Amino acid sequence: MLNRQIRATTAGDSARLEVETFTSNRGLALEEGLIFEIGRAEVTGVDLDEPAPFEPRLGGLERKDPIGLPGLSEPETLRHYVRLSQKNYSIDSGLYPLGSCTMKHNPRLNEAVARLPGFADIHPLQPQSTVPGALELIEDLAHWLMTLTGMDAVAMTPKAGAHGEVCGMMAIKAAIEAKGEGETRRIVLAPDSAHGTNPATAARLGFEVRSIPARADGTVDAAEVERLLGPDVAAIMLTNPNTCGLFEKEIVEIAAATRNAGAYFYCDGANFNAIMGKTRPGDLGVDAMHLNLHKTFSTPHGGGGPGAGPVVLSGRLAPFAPAPFLRRDENGLRLVERLDEAPYSLGRLAAFHGQMGMFVRAYAYMLSHGADGLRQAAEDAVLSANYIRASLNDLMSQPFGDRPCMHEVLFDDAWLKPTGLTTLDFAKAMIDEGYHPMTIYFPLVAHGAMLIEPTESESKASLDLFIATMRDLAMAARRGETERFLGAPVYAPRRRLDETRAARNPVLKWTRPPPQPV
Amino acid sequence: MRYLPLTSEDRSDMLARIGASGVDAFFSDIPAEKRLAQTLDLPLRKSEMEVSRLLSGLGAKNTAAGSVPFFVGAGAYKHHIPASVDHLIQRSEFLTSYTPYQPEIAQGTLQYIFEFQTQVAALTGMDVANASMYDGSTATVEAVLMAHRITGKRKAVLSGGLHPHYAETVRTFSHMTGDASTALPPDVFATENMGAMIDADTSCVVVQTPDVFGNLRDLSPLAEICKAKGALLIAVFTEAVSLGLVTPPGAMGADIVAGEGQSIGNSLNFGGPYVGLFAAKARYLRQIPGRLCGETLDAEGRRGFVLTLSTREQHIKRDKATSNICTNSGLCCLAFTIHMTLLGEAGLRRLARINHANAVDLADRLGAVSGVEVLNKTFFNEFTIRVPCDGAELIERLAEKGVLGGVPVSRLLPGRGLDDLILVASSEVNTPDDRAAYAQALRGAL
Repeated sequence: MLNRQIRATTAGDSARLEVETFTSNRGLALEEGLIFEIGRAEVTGVDLDEPAPFEPRLGGLERKDPIGLPGLSEPETLRHYVRLSQKNYSIDSGLYPLGSCTMKHNPRLNEAVARLPGFADIHPLQPQSTVPGALELIEDLAHWLMTLTGMDAVAMTPKAGAHGEVCGMMAIKAAIEAKGEGETRRIVLAPDSAHGTNPATAARLGFEVRSIPARADGTVDAAEVERLLGPDVAAIMLTNPNTCGLFEKEIVEIAAATRNAGAYFYCDGANFNAIMGKTRPGDLGVDAMHLNLHKTFSTPHGGGGPGAGPVVLSGRLAPFAPAPFLRRDENGLRLVERLDEAPYSLGRLAAFHGQMGMFVRAYAYMLSHGADGLRQAAEDAVLSANYIRASLNDLMSQPFGDRPCMHEVLFDDAWLKPTGLTTLDFAKAMIDEGYHPMTIYFPLVAHGAMLIEPTESESKASLDLFIATMRDLAMAARRGETERFLGAPVYAPRRRLDETRAARNPVLKWTRPPPQPV
Repeated sequence: MRYLPLTSEDRSDMLARIGASGVDAFFSDIPAEKRLAQTLDLPLRKSEMEVSRLLSGLGAKNTAAGSVPFFVGAGAYKHHIPASVDHLIQRSEFLTSYTPYQPEIAQGTLQYIFEFQTQVAALTGMDVANASMYDGSTATVEAVLMAHRITGKRKAVLSGGLHPHYAETVRTFSHMTGDASTALPPDVFATENMGAMIDADTSCVVVQTPDVFGNLRDLSPLAEICKAKGALLIAVFTEAVSLGLVTPPGAMGADIVAGEGQSIGNSLNFGGPYVGLFAAKARYLRQIPGRLCGETLDAEGRRGFVLTLSTREQHIKRDKATSNICTNSGLCCLAFTIHMTLLGEAGLRRLARINHANAVDLADRLGAVSGVEVLNKTFFNEFTIRVPCDGAELIERLAEKGVLGGVPVSRLLPGRGLDDLILVASSEVNTPDDRAAYAQALRGAL
């Protein structure tokens, strides 16, 4: 800044000074209370006129007690939530290398078009004759998804990846029951490296989950799968590329063995972003796969949702797809909502017709890239991950040896062992350097896992700075500079938070503190 | 391509550093005959202007709710959303962050979730609420599964006033899991006797209020029966604004509450994304599905928030988890929280009174049309009318006259002999002119 004499101020000796402030704020790092502490029940930020007197029709069910909801005026609301937002890391502020989560750029065009009144302000149950453009968009998006995956059908209604898993596994269960094998095929095979949602989904549908042991190279052994398959197996659930960032190279053999054994192949498509335009799951023998529109197709993660998880299906599962679905016939395009028009359908998975707001965003992303751009995006994501791998492999250890990876690179903590530091310590030190840590302690098959996914959205300069930072941290760890790690983070809005305390005595909502004695 | 920062030169330099001949070297694990040799048969890249033009064209083919007198509800409601809500949820730090796995740099998300949980608990009159579910229908399924876990019984009894999409969703899951669900016949006048349906195998009864036909239901007597018979009472709502005016489920003895939060802060979006609200009595805390945010302290003793009790969840418990759910409805839950903060108690109560007043006025206007009968004794902002013709055809005729007049019951419950019924909703966005236009169009269409 400039002082009144228009001379630059200098930091001088104040650079190392720690100041206790009156407000507990630290310059731009502003403390902010809860709305329950700063709001008041009688304040409102919405101007509404009291209705003229009328005879209510509530049948005596009027609410009697106060609700306990504070209000804020509009400027107070803006300030409160802007201050909260400033306590978050985001893709827009920096590289966000969460493996398996795909934190790529979220184009703002997508936000703009999703807010067009013709998409945002239409009701799911207004007459179909008044929403032809919406139906057309869903049909177009479905065409893109089927073409990219080489599959025969797509169920558009699942609301997130895990909901898509439910959809795909229900379709498999319905197909098995249609063959009269519902009682005998009770087992689902899943590798140890699977996302937690896979076994949770299978168990929820009444299947028994049996694990496929990991092979030394981090992929699944087709011979081992063949050994586990039998007349009691309903399906195999496999992520490809897998959660170690590797392409399952025996996938064709695994798919064939699964089909020959009368079972179905569910592919977790969380990592489809690595292979779009490079290969098609339909050509590999997949029967069902969900696509996370919020990963591969850039709809924003939004701090944990909303997502969307359409499921592509093979011809042998297509008849069992959930309702509602689109049908184009001599009368044009329409939404089939009646279950009696779809005798084999597994039924309805949620109210209405799916995550339209996410469809518009994903479709805008696909149109912007085009077939050529999507392929380039996959290649850049894979190239960037390998660039990081090749730039860190001399300092950090990899559980399955140094070999080319797909869109994410997996390290373990073997190299950290001698330092006495943990993966968590290393991750927290990354926060002080201005980075969101990578995914840690997942997949479970790597000890102290660190899974790094840079995505295609980073420039080379950004990747180089990240690599240089990681190298500096790794060397500091090796030199035994443990204080840089054990106390981290120092520069975040909060120091390390006590998760044990939170779980031991759960405080899940604000309650008015007892009055303090004067 | 405008979203890809790497240049050809960057790519060459990076390949050189890696020591790879070309990017295809990284894809060598894909069986050679399965690699795509050429670009797929899909359009090539488009500029922002082209995409914008194309999608604007598709959007323009649809009739937006705000462009006509609009009375469609049945589980999704058009309300006014203050401009600041949409501005705030588009802040980069909210929009482009992930689930708060690193709490030190996600206090913004965690604190609003804590505020959301507190608001939902207050609104529903329950002890605890989670960080949201996908929507009301899937929250209802989760509530049923939770009741099964708690009671060790596996049969759900579904009210005939439960939104048919919700009932179908529960039925899909119970069929797949081998659990039982008994759906009562459509209960237009809220006269069913649910207590009599509870037997020794019943884990829960699921009742909606206001129900899908708009009736308000006093759940207290049913709560007593549930208690006596060892079943849990699951209360459902699809119109969260109603809770500003009517007795909340918690005050009527509900054990678990599942509801749709769309109508606060969230657009219609043709059915999604929405936000499921989920709350329960404290004693069932450890059986609650989904994310929970809790208060704690940091290393300097300052208050902070973290995701907690995650030993219930799939990423820890895998096949033993309470649910397979991973995501919540983040931004939609933030929109709910911001809109609710703007409203505050005073604003929410007034908003609810305006909704009720507008619906009462509309019911009186439509009831005065010859041949039209309003069936409800009680309602909040939605009610059922009987018309002297096919309801679905009438709704089409009204649409041609530029009025979106509601949802024909036959669309939700086909083949049940309810083809002459229409669900009609009226919120604060409807003006007296809109309501007069509806009554006039109805006269003309009959």
